[in-house]
This record gives sequence, structure tokens and C-alpha cells, in this order.
Amino acid sequence: MLLPLFEWFEATALGTAVRQSLWAFPVIEAVHLLGLCLLGGSVLIVDLRLLGVGLRRSAIAEIAARARPWLMGGIAIMLLTGVPLFLSEAIKCYYNTSFWVKMSTLPFALGFTFGVKGRIAADRTLETSARSRVLGVLSIVLWFTVAAAGRWIGFS
Amino acid sequence: MRSFLEWLGQTPWSIALLESFWVWPLVESTHVLALGLFAGTAWMMDLRLLGLSFRAVPVSEFRNRMLPWTRGGFAVMAVTGFLLLYSNPVRYYHNIFFRVKVILLVVAAVNVWWFHARTYRRVAEWDRDPRPPQAVRVAGAVSLLVWALVVVTGRFIAYNWFDCDIQPQPDFVNWASGCVLQAE
Repeated sequence: MLLPLFEWFEATALGTAVRQSLWAFPVIEAVHLLGLCLLGGSVLIVDLRLLGVGLRRSAIAEIAARARPWLMGGIAIMLLTGVPLFLSEAIKCYYNTSFWVKMSTLPFALGFTFGVKGRIAADRTLETSARSRVLGVLSIVLWFTVAAAGRWIGFS
Repeated sequence: MRSFLEWLGQTPWSIALLESFWVWPLVESTHVLALGLFAGTAWMMDLRLLGLSFRAVPVSEFRNRMLPWTRGGFAVMAVTGFLLLYSNPVRYYHNIFFRVKVILLVVAAVNVWWFHARTYRRVAEWDRDPRPPQAVRVAGAVSLLVWALVVVTGRFIAYNWFDCDIQPQPDFVNWASGCVLQAE
């Protein structure tokens, strides 16, 4: 049902240009990886704090607020580079289980990060607790799944 | 060196690792995912050293509380990295991106050593500075940039554009890759 749509994605000017270039895919892929480092760092520094094993002397809300611009930047880099990578091989992605695992987990990871975790971690009175630990673990599990499935797209 | 690597690449475990259906991709994936932990936490520390973020957190707290995670990430990177190297030593040895990456790793190591052995000794003087002194900011900037280049060159090792078996190449590329070309 979605295949015609993915065929259209693959035929887009951007997808075609990336596919036909020798350098474009590797360069965009490398920037995607740099985005992963930025996203990973800005997510983990908050998650480790939520788990009570990171910057424990600083308030959770303080760390979350300082990490946020870098988190936004990391996500922006991932999306801006992820879209052309996807367009260049949309049909391969359509038949790729890892791609669907990644794309079905990603909305939950984003929704959780900006909805649930973002809102609770902004609370200045939040201390390390069972609640904060659950937030940290869920965040790590969700983003780990997105990243691992993303890497596996290239292997399947 | 070359003959040692040729021997290494012929050992049964090296061949098994390179040809394995699941293990090699799992080792490679672990290497990539550990980047989020290693480079990610290292960059957060760099942002603090640069005075660009987390300015209310003392640098010593950052170092004491985050460095174990950065080190843990590095340990995973090193173990999986050596396994990948072990799986195909001769190819990586002659890969120009691998060679540049090794040089960059040395630069990164010198920066880490210099920072901890020299600059950090006087941390008490600038621990709470929102914007630390220049020497500290330089260490942060070098770390941020060099680790980014390590990531990029590491990713490019996957491409064989400049490998010795792809000829002709400019003389410079063959020299930098250490290619031994057969006389025509």
C-alpha cells in the first residue's frame, strides 16, 4: 500500500541526486553520525542525572535546561541528514525491517523526550527518585532502540 | 609490521570474525552506539570547558561525575575497535582514512594528557568560572574538533576509494596508504 509512496520518495530530485553522487551519501552519513554524538550526549547527561549517577549536585531541571539547546541541535542535524539518506534508498528502506523498527520507535522517543520527560524534568523540585529513575531508563531504552535499529538498516 | 598483520589476518579467529554473519555487525554496531556515550559525554564536557553550556556546574564536578562514563564509553570503543581491526588488519593498515584517524587519535590523546597533567592541576582557580581561562577553552575546542574528525574519518574507513587494489591513484595517495605496487 505504501510502496508507491516510497517509489515516489526514491524518485525525488534530492533522493536521486544523493544516490547518483559518489560522495554525497558518505558525507551526509558522517554528519548524521556527528548528530548522533550530540544527541547521545545531550540525552545521556540528563538521563544519567535522572538515574542519580551523573551530575548529582546540580538540580535535574538545571541540567535538563542547559542540555536542551544541544538536544534540539542534535535532533535537527539528525532529521536534516536523515531525510536525504532515506530518500536516496527509500525502496530499500521499505523492505527493511530495521527501518520500520526505527521509524515506529522514533515518534515515541521524541514524544517521550519532549512530552513526558521534558515536562517532569523541568520541575525544579524533582529529586533523584523512583520516578526520575524510570524516566531515565525509559529514555535510554527508547533512544538505544532508535540508534541500534538505525545502524542495522545498513546491515540488512 | 606488514608481515605481522598478514599473519594476524590469517589467524582462524580473524577470518571467523570477518566472515561471521552476526558477530561482525554486532561488534560494529556496538562501536557506533558507544559513540553516543563516549563522544557524547566528552562533547558535553568540552562545552563546559568552552563556557558554552552547563556554566553553573563546577568543572571539577563535571570531571569527577562524567569522566567515568566517558572512560567507560572509550573502553567499549577501544575493545570493539581493536576487534574490527583484528578482523581485517592488512586492509585497515593500508586504508588512508584509518591512517589519518590514528594520527588524530594521537593528537586527541596528547590533548587529554596535557589537559589533565597541566591545565587541570590549577582547577581550583577557575572551577566555577562560567567561562574558564583560555588554556582550558583551547583544550575543549581541540577535543571537540579532533573527536569529530575521528568520528568522520572512522566512518570513511568503510569506503575503499583509495585502497591499494583500486588503481590508478595519485602518487600521494599511494604513498600515504603505504601501497606497494607491482611493477608493470
